[in-house]
Amino acid sequence: MTAITESAPAIVVPPLAKSPGYWAGVFRRFKKDKVAVGAGLVVLAIILMAIFADYIAPADPTRSSMLRRLRPIGTPGYPLGADELGRDMLSRLIHGARLSLFMGVVPVFIAFVFGSVIGVAAGFFGGKFNTITMRTVDVFYAFPSVLLAIALSGALGAGITNSLLSLTIVFIPPIARIAESVTTQVRGMDYVEAARASGANALTIIRVHVLGNVLGPIFVYATSLISVSMILASGLSFLGLGTKPPTPEWGLMLNTLRTAIYVQPWVAALPGAAIFITSISFNLLSDGLRSAMDVKG
Amino acid sequence: MLSYLAKRILYVLPVAFGVSLFCFLLVHIAPGDPLTSVLPPDASQAMQDELRKIYGFDRPLPVQFGLWLMKALQGDLGTSIATGRPVAAEVWRAVGNTLLIAGLATVIGFLFGCFFGFVAGYFRGSYLDKFASMLAVLGVSVPHYWLGMVMVIVFSVQLGWLPPGGAGPGGSAAWIWNWEHVSYMILPAITMSVIPMGIIARTVRALVADILNQEFVPALRAKGLMDFGVFRHVVKNAAPTALAVMGLQLGYLLGGSILIETVFSWPGTGFLLGNAIFQRDLPLLQGTILVLAMFFVGLNVLVDILQGLLDPRVRRR
Amino acid sequence: MALEPHPDRGGPGTPLLQAKTLTKHFPLGGGAVVRAVDGVDFAVMKGETLGVVGESGCGKSTTARVVMQLIPQDKGEMLFDGEIVGGKDLTLKEYRRQAQMVFQDSYASLNPRLTIEDSIAFGPTVHGVSKANAILKARDLLQRVGLDPARFAARYPHELSGGQRQRVNIARALALGPRLVILDEAVSALDKSVEAQVLNLLADLREEFGLTYIFISHDLNVVRFISDRVMVMYLGEVVEIGAVEELYNDPRHPYTKALLSAMPSMDPDNRTMEAPLTGDPPNPINPPEGCRFHPRCPHAQTICSKAKPALVVTASEDGTRRAACHMEIPGSGHSRAPSLEVAA
Repeated sequence: MTAITESAPAIVVPPLAKSPGYWAGVFRRFKKDKVAVGAGLVVLAIILMAIFADYIAPADPTRSSMLRRLRPIGTPGYPLGADELGRDMLSRLIHGARLSLFMGVVPVFIAFVFGSVIGVAAGFFGGKFNTITMRTVDVFYAFPSVLLAIALSGALGAGITNSLLSLTIVFIPPIARIAESVTTQVRGMDYVEAARASGANALTIIRVHVLGNVLGPIFVYATSLISVSMILASGLSFLGLGTKPPTPEWGLMLNTLRTAIYVQPWVAALPGAAIFITSISFNLLSDGLRSAMDVKG
Repeated sequence: MLSYLAKRILYVLPVAFGVSLFCFLLVHIAPGDPLTSVLPPDASQAMQDELRKIYGFDRPLPVQFGLWLMKALQGDLGTSIATGRPVAAEVWRAVGNTLLIAGLATVIGFLFGCFFGFVAGYFRGSYLDKFASMLAVLGVSVPHYWLGMVMVIVFSVQLGWLPPGGAGPGGSAAWIWNWEHVSYMILPAITMSVIPMGIIARTVRALVADILNQEFVPALRAKGLMDFGVFRHVVKNAAPTALAVMGLQLGYLLGGSILIETVFSWPGTGFLLGNAIFQRDLPLLQGTILVLAMFFVGLNVLVDILQGLLDPRVRRR
Repeated sequence: MALEPHPDRGGPGTPLLQAKTLTKHFPLGGGAVVRAVDGVDFAVMKGETLGVVGESGCGKSTTARVVMQLIPQDKGEMLFDGEIVGGKDLTLKEYRRQAQMVFQDSYASLNPRLTIEDSIAFGPTVHGVSKANAILKARDLLQRVGLDPARFAARYPHELSGGQRQRVNIARALALGPRLVILDEAVSALDKSVEAQVLNLLADLREEFGLTYIFISHDLNVVRFISDRVMVMYLGEVVEIGAVEELYNDPRHPYTKALLSAMPSMDPDNRTMEAPLTGDPPNPINPPEGCRFHPRCPHAQTICSKAKPALVVTASEDGTRRAACHMEIPGSGHSRAPSLEVAA
């Protein structure tokens, strides 16, 4: 059988100056894209704001005051006004970033993991497994994403966990489809054939030769879903399917302030503006990554 | 062409079956006994058993699915718990209303999207192009329910030009085609049009840029055709794809209108769904989603077939 | 180095690889079948280079993939040094250490995310060699294929020229210490000057490592340069096989004659007077009955569309020359076939 003669003492491989790899090129191209860098900085700022909300926020986001309900922007002590229960809008917006970011990133991340596994397996192994998987994916494609999210959330009932679950289920099919299509392309490449010809098993080939070439495009696609996920999650809260009061969450704030548009319209519109800014920053960042990583489509 | 048609229809059948299965299971993934959703809270044990029989919940799941599917195919989607009326009737009325604003929104989105996309594609790299590209990003990034609120704030609260919500004095039952009623459609339709506008603009821009790069365009110019001639050729070549995207977008809007309808209290499917969720009216939820999804599936096939008719290359895929 | 060489079981002069009635059909929708490889028999002797020629679509590349076992054959079997490939004495994984392949597209056959040395070292690590040893071996091989490891080992494929990449692919194929290397149009995509360098490298490596080559190409000049024997394929079948000079100087099958006559010759006295290929281009989906070449053959007669000619020994003393043509089969019914008395 395989006869191997390993020389016992440790072998020192002289290191060589590595060529600047793929990621160095990506970083160099990304740095040149001013819009994407700007969007990235905004995203970073929002993330920091969410992490350090307790230190940044000037007031307790849940402390209400019946006397100071619906104050306009610029009220002393309430830089962005006060909401329908007299709570400081600025503090609530800062704290609201936590849940909004969480609901934007976490479902997409979980879906990225599951969708990639499903899609890469379907693409690599092909055949009946591929047909069955992709037909199931097609069924989910028959629902516009908003409808699917609301259907699942509506059936499961309100709550963060249920929203998280529904959004994850919404994003698995599209990620699996992208993963399947890029994997099918890579599987046909001669280097995969060459790896098979060297006697490697499927798992080794996937690990060494497939993942490195498909995860990039799948990842870029997944980042473009973060803004969709945020908007959908806030939308679910807006319908009363997400988190419950008094938790500060941008979609829920928008919901409870809806009736206030006749009194303090611009205060009422603030949470939506926060969603908008975050979502557009994620989209621009994703576009920048796409061109820096040279992903087609 | 016939074989293409047959292939498309054969392909969609398993999808339609899967969609029905999903909608059927929606009631069963809901936490708790599906019966609790149709029971009055103070129901006696005897009444529970009685209702369990009537609804067929005592039978095995596949049998239940079969029976449910048979009924659905005959147009019977069950009875709403909240109103006691047949779900099908409620859904159909709501679908009509949704189609009204979704259709208007698609038309607005298509016209503006084509305009911006065409300008951007024709003057690639110019400021107009950058502006149109930015608009496309804005279109997909904006939370449209918030945009609806801003619209109400600006045009109803501040300017007082248009009504903030509802479907007119008589509601949707007494709809008449006059300004008084149509004015209620304008804000929701414009809000909704932002979604397809960005996507259509992006598609048309890519199409126009692509066509202008093809060899026949300089050839046309060489033949002495003026810009209008080139324009006509671009339109002729870009139209099938642009129309296909428009068709698909109408489908997305049918499902995506839920939040916007809630903002404007427009009595469409979204509003119906909102109520169903609020009252945990699961048969109504199930029926509405089934109809909307089937609409979407049907629209997809229709678009595919139309595209096949317009462009023989599509048929070979 | 790390992987022990394989002992020669049958001894020199025995075939390294014997293919017996290899068949590979690809079903298309609607009952149609592409007969890519249809009952192909051949042997490759130890240390020789067998050239395989034919038009595109004749099944050369599918044959290569079946021989490499990248796709399983539908029928037939292969013996490698006397043992059944994929049998209990020679597992597929073991066979793949002994047979390797170089592909045509030098770029597509290297993983763009791996450095050159990592690509070369991948195969040995699969067979249990330590990473450090595999890397050392990879650098040694780079040296042998004419690339300075200090300069190239840590580079990525896109930083190399086509010729350099193909040298890397050759090194990668050699990393497992194979005895048989299948070269599938391995030099076809290269510039002429680079092609010559790589061909010389291949010839040197064959001597150095005692390799056996299956060299697939549509370029008849290149095949003549590197091969000892040549196999001509047409629509998934072998139509002629024999020693290279014999076959080039005296082709027996009309298809071989036509193929060679299409070859540009520098020597005005050495031109074949055969008519160039005419008629329908070959289509492996519905190959013609009888001899598959008969619709395009200038000598076709009734028998040719009725019976399939066997690959028979012809026109050589040592019996290594074979052709599948009714004109070579005594008593076949073709007017130009040798009479039975002469053959007996």
